[in-house]
Amino acid sequence: MPVDYLYPEYEVIRNYDRCINCRVCERQCANEVHEFPENAGKMVCDSSKCVNCHRCVALCPTKALKIVKSDHTFKHNANWSGKAITEIYKQAGTGGVLLSSMGNPENYPIYFDKMLINASQVTNPSIDPLREPMETRTYLGSKPKEIRRDQDGRLINTLPPQIKLSMPIMFSAMSYGSISYNAHESLARAAQELGILYNTGEGGLHESLYKYGQNTIVQVASGRFGVHKEYLGSGAAIEIKMGQGAKPGIGGHLPGTKIGGDISRTRMIPEGSDAISPAPHHDIYSIEDLRQLVFSLKEATEYQKPVIVKIAAVHNVSAIASGIARSGADIIAIDGFRGGTGAAPTRIRDNVGIPIELALASVDSRLRSEGIRDNVSIIAAGSIRSSSDIVKAIALGADCIYIGTSALLALGCHLCRSCQTGKCNWGIATQREDLVKRLNPEIGTVRLVNLLTAWQHEIKEMMGGMGINSIESLRGNRSMLRGTGLNERELEILGIKHAGE
Amino acid sequence: MMIRAKGLSTREINSAISAAENKIDIVDCFGERFIGCGSSGRRINITGTPGNALGAYLDGSEIIVKGNAQDAVGDTMNDGMITIYGNAGDALGYAMRGGRIFVRDDSGYRTGIHMKEYGDKKPVIVVGGRCGSFLGEYLAGGLIIVLGIGCNTFPAGFFTGTGMHGGSMFIRSAVPPAGLPEQVIVKQANQSEMSLIKDILKEFCSYFDISADTIYDRPFYMLTSNSKNPYKQLYTEN
Repeated sequence: MPVDYLYPEYEVIRNYDRCINCRVCERQCANEVHEFPENAGKMVCDSSKCVNCHRCVALCPTKALKIVKSDHTFKHNANWSGKAITEIYKQAGTGGVLLSSMGNPENYPIYFDKMLINASQVTNPSIDPLREPMETRTYLGSKPKEIRRDQDGRLINTLPPQIKLSMPIMFSAMSYGSISYNAHESLARAAQELGILYNTGEGGLHESLYKYGQNTIVQVASGRFGVHKEYLGSGAAIEIKMGQGAKPGIGGHLPGTKIGGDISRTRMIPEGSDAISPAPHHDIYSIEDLRQLVFSLKEATEYQKPVIVKIAAVHNVSAIASGIARSGADIIAIDGFRGGTGAAPTRIRDNVGIPIELALASVDSRLRSEGIRDNVSIIAAGSIRSSSDIVKAIALGADCIYIGTSALLALGCHLCRSCQTGKCNWGIATQREDLVKRLNPEIGTVRLVNLLTAWQHEIKEMMGGMGINSIESLRGNRSMLRGTGLNERELEILGIKHAGE
Repeated sequence: MMIRAKGLSTREINSAISAAENKIDIVDCFGERFIGCGSSGRRINITGTPGNALGAYLDGSEIIVKGNAQDAVGDTMNDGMITIYGNAGDALGYAMRGGRIFVRDDSGYRTGIHMKEYGDKKPVIVVGGRCGSFLGEYLAGGLIIVLGIGCNTFPAGFFTGTGMHGGSMFIRSAVPPAGLPEQVIVKQANQSEMSLIKDILKEFCSYFDISADTIYDRPFYMLTSNSKNPYKQLYTEN
């Protein structure tokens, strides 16, 4: 029906003075935007298929291409945006739930951008990280409440298992299936080189990545895909996924079209069968039930691995975290509403959950006030974009952060938010062999290592500026933050003063 | 080796199981959880009532319970055999990947939900009595058999097979199932379909001294799913 026809959102602009008809763009585009019809004698394109991923632009040898936002618009309406109208057409035409990917792109407040970091002047001198030792090493896990000694005064080691990290950064859960093997291998190798951990997500672990076990968090989610004793024993820690920031309250669904040979074997489901992760764990309806899963995992791994419980940041997050901190879990991961995903219903991605900054501050305050902060470490996630976001998150109370989207950007993701199509031209969110091989794990590893090495140095510089030489002294040190343009309630929840105070 | 469970922590029981050679007798069991968690290569006899998550992630051991079991028996079990001479609680065999569970009497809610299979790994649950609601919910693979012995109504509760997208269930019943979700195909099993479960039934009967005649006096309804991709039509790219 003509009403469903929409002028393309992005237009491919080709400079024919520069185009040499080499057809690279045609070969590079899995969306089949470009073609070279024999009778036309020149490249033509169908902008309606373009997802604005920049693959053709980046590979065009003569820089003949650019993608621009179309200036074609509906009549201006502050209430009925073009997006709102378009989405209604799509749903009226199909009857389907709108499906999107990556993090919430809507215009909600970004509290990281409304907080500023302190620096020393005159008193408490700043420290130069190039000359002086600066500690970013981080241990995650439950910390004993008291020190015990034997009759001879020797220390009794009661320290539960810990994760040791060279810096307070880990790669967050992205399953093999939602991302490619080459993306997984890049994350695993980079984690090993950096002395940090990556996370398998809920897709099991490919056999050839078991060797990176000491740098791996193995995830257990409601679908329990690829979970067995060897898998649980292979990682340095186990994460129970209760929720995800991009889609709090709902499960996951990897369509059968993405369940090919290797993924089928790793998840242990037949080829072509949908991989459905139910919304809840159907054996967990309470903190007591969660405790049961935590301890069954500990029993299965002989209390050698810390157990992480990952939840989405939602309204009552601090009360939930308080329960988790008493469940026997060693670490809580909180994922804010801007966290990414390979696919989520648009309405949920864009409207459910709360910002990580508020959730983190609120959880840290609650656990402190209840005297149980040391029961658990806290990992903050959900759109950490830079080293300064990390410094702010740690000052708000995080022990460590997870990055997902930032890591994918380092691998070449251009945030076109089309992961759900499975046609990622950058070889990341796809299982198509010809596309996957575009991501070279050697180069991917180097780029991830570069990014985090740079961030680590920036963190040290910011710490040095504050006169702090150990990340431990920054953790929960909210006096190092000031708010700008925030109201009193926001400042109260964040536990920080306004700039100028 | 004999382990007197009373007064021992779960960790002590499981360490003793790991340390023991092949055969272990656990007596005086009063709800101790996680027994045999992740265990392989052992034969564990339990007298009493083991607590939740018995044989979770079981990796090849055989567990025999002379008594009732509680919730989450064989959670994410990979291989081995659990035999229960009594009832089992809720979430029996959740996300099972392989091995077998035989329950002589009844099982609770959410029996065999989200079981999977791959290649020759095909989990099997047989329940002699009846099951609670949500039997085989999200079933993605494997085989569930419910015999309904001593039960004159349909031997499973509400919402049987909700979200089912693989595997099969055989339910022995005097009355046909009603109110099944749309994606579940139900039919009375014919001779060739019954031959698929004949050996397992024989084994089950021999474990619990059940006469085979009493098993075949009623029809078996076979439940399968009509799609491996039940939610395929639900989405619109945005």
